[in-house]
Amino acid sequence: MKKVKSVFVSALAMLMAISAFTGCTSSSTNASSAASSAAASQESSAASSAKEIYFLNFKPEIADKYTAIADEYKQKTGVTVKVVTAASGTYEQTLKSEIAKADAPTIFQINGPVGYSNWKDYCADLSNTKLYSYLSAKNLAIKDGDGVYGIPYAIEGYGIIYNDAIMKKYFALSDKKTTVSSAEEIKNFDTLKTVVEDMQAKKDKLGIKGVFAATSLKKGEDWRWQTHLANIPFYYEFKEKDANANTISTGLAQSEVEFKYAPNFKNIFDLYLNNSSTDKKLLGSKSVNDSMAEFALGQVAMVQNGDWAWATVSSQKGNVVKSEDVKFMPIYTGMSGEEKQGICIGTENYFAINSKVSKEKQDASADFLDWLFSSTEGKKHIAELGFIAPFNTFSDSEMPTDPLCKAVLTWQNKTDVTNVEWTFGSFPSQNFKDTFGADLLQYAQGNETWEDVVNSVKDTWKSEKANSNS
Amino acid sequence: MEKSLKKYFPVFVLPTLIAFVIAFVIPFIMGIYLSFTKFTTVTDSKWVGIKNYVTAFSNKDFLHALIFTTYFAVISVVSINILAFLVAYFLTRGIKGSYFFRTLFFMPNLIGGIVLGYIWQVIFNGVLYRFDMTLTSNAQNGFWGLVILMNWQMIGYMMVIYIAGFQNIPRDLIDAAKVDGVTPLTAMRHVTLPLMMPSITINLFLTLTNSFKLFDQNLALTAGAPAKQTQMLALDIYNTFYSRMGWEGVGQAKAVIFFIIVAAISLTQLYLTRRKEVDA
Repeated sequence: MKKVKSVFVSALAMLMAISAFTGCTSSSTNASSAASSAAASQESSAASSAKEIYFLNFKPEIADKYTAIADEYKQKTGVTVKVVTAASGTYEQTLKSEIAKADAPTIFQINGPVGYSNWKDYCADLSNTKLYSYLSAKNLAIKDGDGVYGIPYAIEGYGIIYNDAIMKKYFALSDKKTTVSSAEEIKNFDTLKTVVEDMQAKKDKLGIKGVFAATSLKKGEDWRWQTHLANIPFYYEFKEKDANANTISTGLAQSEVEFKYAPNFKNIFDLYLNNSSTDKKLLGSKSVNDSMAEFALGQVAMVQNGDWAWATVSSQKGNVVKSEDVKFMPIYTGMSGEEKQGICIGTENYFAINSKVSKEKQDASADFLDWLFSSTEGKKHIAELGFIAPFNTFSDSEMPTDPLCKAVLTWQNKTDVTNVEWTFGSFPSQNFKDTFGADLLQYAQGNETWEDVVNSVKDTWKSEKANSNS
Repeated sequence: MEKSLKKYFPVFVLPTLIAFVIAFVIPFIMGIYLSFTKFTTVTDSKWVGIKNYVTAFSNKDFLHALIFTTYFAVISVVSINILAFLVAYFLTRGIKGSYFFRTLFFMPNLIGGIVLGYIWQVIFNGVLYRFDMTLTSNAQNGFWGLVILMNWQMIGYMMVIYIAGFQNIPRDLIDAAKVDGVTPLTAMRHVTLPLMMPSITINLFLTLTNSFKLFDQNLALTAGAPAKQTQMLALDIYNTFYSRMGWEGVGQAKAVIFFIIVAAISLTQLYLTRRKEVDA
């Protein structure tokens, strides 16, 4: 009994100690105890600049390259860059636990205005950094008042990627049901639908399993639909509300959405589902990699994805797709005037610097980013990473050379089309997207009607907005 | 005795106690504290009272997960224990190769839940493809998938405990019953079962708590799909905490509720089955 009591007493003491500890950290306003102790140790070692910074990487596919960059930077400057990579789809939770540590990430990534509002307390003002001064379009940065809190570092684009070799084979057929004679001539949804359905009917002749790669709807693998495809109807909806404003900021201001162009979403989504290599009832087990593998092996002619996908395609074992055959087509959904619509170009990758680490570490982090995006060595790495960097330090010859990145640049420079912004930066939360994806799976499997999906999207938008405001 | 116990108490108990306090007591108390706060990182929190608990109880995902988990626990506790009991019964009959089978049945328990989940996902989907279905076509597929997976994994472990129980039954009691002319079924009912109660207690406890706390297998096999319909409590808590910004406190509150539920159910079960235990 006595022992029980003593355990109890020590537990109680612990509780008091903890409440005192948490009480103290939550009441301090400008710096966490971790940051101040880091600062203290900095002072005691009498170093004028930090010797180690910590970069929390978002993209697992290029983790090795970042490690190589860190090594090179250490040799050059003596500053150690600790690179930690979050596993795919776990960035937010890794950040959440890493940032609470005494050795917190000094450079991390936010995914847009919504990400910024989540991590506001940790984002340092970057308006005086060199990196911001390089930014070619200043309106791309995430701003709040006078401060700049997130700097985009890679422009990306997505659309329907097609394999021109298969398309040419189809257009050479004598019994094709369409009048167009090349994939470039497909300029609207109706033409696309005719071509796709005819191709699907002749799939054996073309030697493919289906026109579109599997519409991957496995949980966590559905972002191509609930985020990227959903971008298009919402882009038009928000553009209509305010034609001159950025659709992201218009979207952020909406507490409710109409999902007015849901029929257009359904148009293209049904086309994907019904003309695919995979039966739509089986899509719940397919991942993005499955789809990209089908494309790389030449089993399908088209797949909706972005320029980052080239790495997956080219490294696929048995890849038969030639780089000159890989092209982008805009995602047509049957909007009026879509002949002038381009592919979706934007960014969701923003660097932020942790405001709760010591000033020296913040400066060292900014120096590292400066080196990476302005020195010759750094820029070479960036091009290898396949980033289309939106900085004026890059000349055209320093841009990445893979076919999809080049295609994005071509589309970006076209003057006769309007490329679609990445409006999905305004989607209220990850939960909104996940719920949307789950509903799409239910729709594909025949467990929900299209009306259910539309209503669910509207309801979730409303409830998630209400939550984030509280 | 008492004195030396006191003297050596720090030497033997303190290291474990410290580890226990650091790895269990502190996080536990911190967790309870955090369930009353709004926080993003655990070192930076703001008191909000019982708001998180209100949100947790009005959250339909949580209630659905609770019901789903309860169904799952009932089905798997019953099936695992019956099957494990039968397997143990037959493997103590002196059948040739008993030891080999015991080892074989125990093996699944040595594989981690995530690995098992992915392997079974491939197996189930391979079979279901023939019927134009996947594991996530509807909630039933996921539910029975989880039950089968859990059975496959847990039966071996429970079997070992039952075998130990069977081996502890004095042979002479059974023989005496036989001399008295009882049928094997009556012997089972009135001699074997009462003597097996200690094993049954521990097995029910293990299966019940493990079914309620199931996480790895759930995450790997279905991840809650379709539409969170196969999401169990632990996974719901994890998703609330990690994939919803600003909901960390609610996730924490759910975890505290979860703890209370699991503790209440398993303590009740322990009390009820312990009463039935007898000495040979």
